[in-house]
Amino acid sequence: MRESTGLGALIVLVGLLVVGMVAFIHPFGYPSPTAMDDYIIDNAQRETGSNSVVASVVFDYRGLDTLGEATILFTAVTGVLLLLRTTKRKKDSP
Amino acid sequence: MLTKIVRTVANQLILFILIFGLYVIAHGHLTPGGGFQGGAVVVSGIVMLLVAFNSKELKKSIRERVLSVMESTGALVFAALAFAGLGTVFFYNFLVGSPIFGDIPPTGPNPGNLWTGGYIPIMNYAVGLKVIAGLSAVVLALALFASGEEMEE
Amino acid sequence: MQSVPANFPFLASALLIGIAFYIILFKRNLIKLIMGIAMLASGVNLFIVALGYRAGGNAPIYTNVPPGPMVLSVPQALTLTSIVINVAVLALMLTMVIHIYRHTGDVDSEKSRKLKG
Repeated sequence: MRESTGLGALIVLVGLLVVGMVAFIHPFGYPSPTAMDDYIIDNAQRETGSNSVVASVVFDYRGLDTLGEATILFTAVTGVLLLLRTTKRKKDSP
Repeated sequence: MLTKIVRTVANQLILFILIFGLYVIAHGHLTPGGGFQGGAVVVSGIVMLLVAFNSKELKKSIRERVLSVMESTGALVFAALAFAGLGTVFFYNFLVGSPIFGDIPPTGPNPGNLWTGGYIPIMNYAVGLKVIAGLSAVVLALALFASGEEMEE
Repeated sequence: MQSVPANFPFLASALLIGIAFYIILFKRNLIKLIMGIAMLASGVNLFIVALGYRAGGNAPIYTNVPPGPMVLSVPQALTLTSIVINVAVLALMLTMVIHIYRHTGDVDSEKSRKLKG
């Protein structure tokens, strides 16, 4: 019973994905016009002073996301180093 | 430990990998790259050293306390630069126009000038330091756990 | 309705996500499950970057750029964050698999289902 429900769910999901990619999405190479990206590409050199628009988006316009990502990296490294400790148990005499 | 040829080649190649990684980190505001990508390049060089030499040999050179201090320094410099422009808004680029990294490039295509960018190059260094220390500590801990020892506390 | 060969990057990402879901649903080995999750992350990252492409565009970096339009820059910044987060979560999952192997001696997900205690 579990195999057939899993197979049915997989076929429905992949069918929905393929139909969505073929019919319901914008044509590849012509996205809908956005005001935010045009503003960022035109004004990033003057406001942030760097040649790279992606670097100024990552560190200046959307810096809060980079702060959250640095926190996730720190938490994951702490978690891995916590799980991989093998401390020798000392035998205490009560 | 692998054979003598592999160890000698790894000893010579690590210099070029470190220089290339630092180049990718330092030019993050001019070319594609930045802190995260350059940190990944340097960590792949350390993994090459880990494969060529034993993990017990590498534990004598890389101490855990140094890695911990490096990672904390990177995170603190990043947060301090974010809070420093709080007079206007959080994450305000307060170094544009000032004597440190303060030139403004001409609009349109131009060959890059290293002294531009505001606080973006300093943030690239901080994030690169954090990624190098964190990921090399994870890789070293995995290798040591698999061979039966423990990292010093 | 757009022609199928023109929308090929979206179809490739749909194929990657479909294969990843097949691996997650039907395989029992824990290492294969982790590989399926990594493949799912790759498919989603490819989809996000392919959403922001302008035809005939250049990379959004002003150093020696040839004339022409530029592709959208915000999806590339979000994909950078997504890749780093996926690396961190994958490292945590692999250490948990190491612990499961040490305690139960097997990486089969059917044998380590019961909570002992």
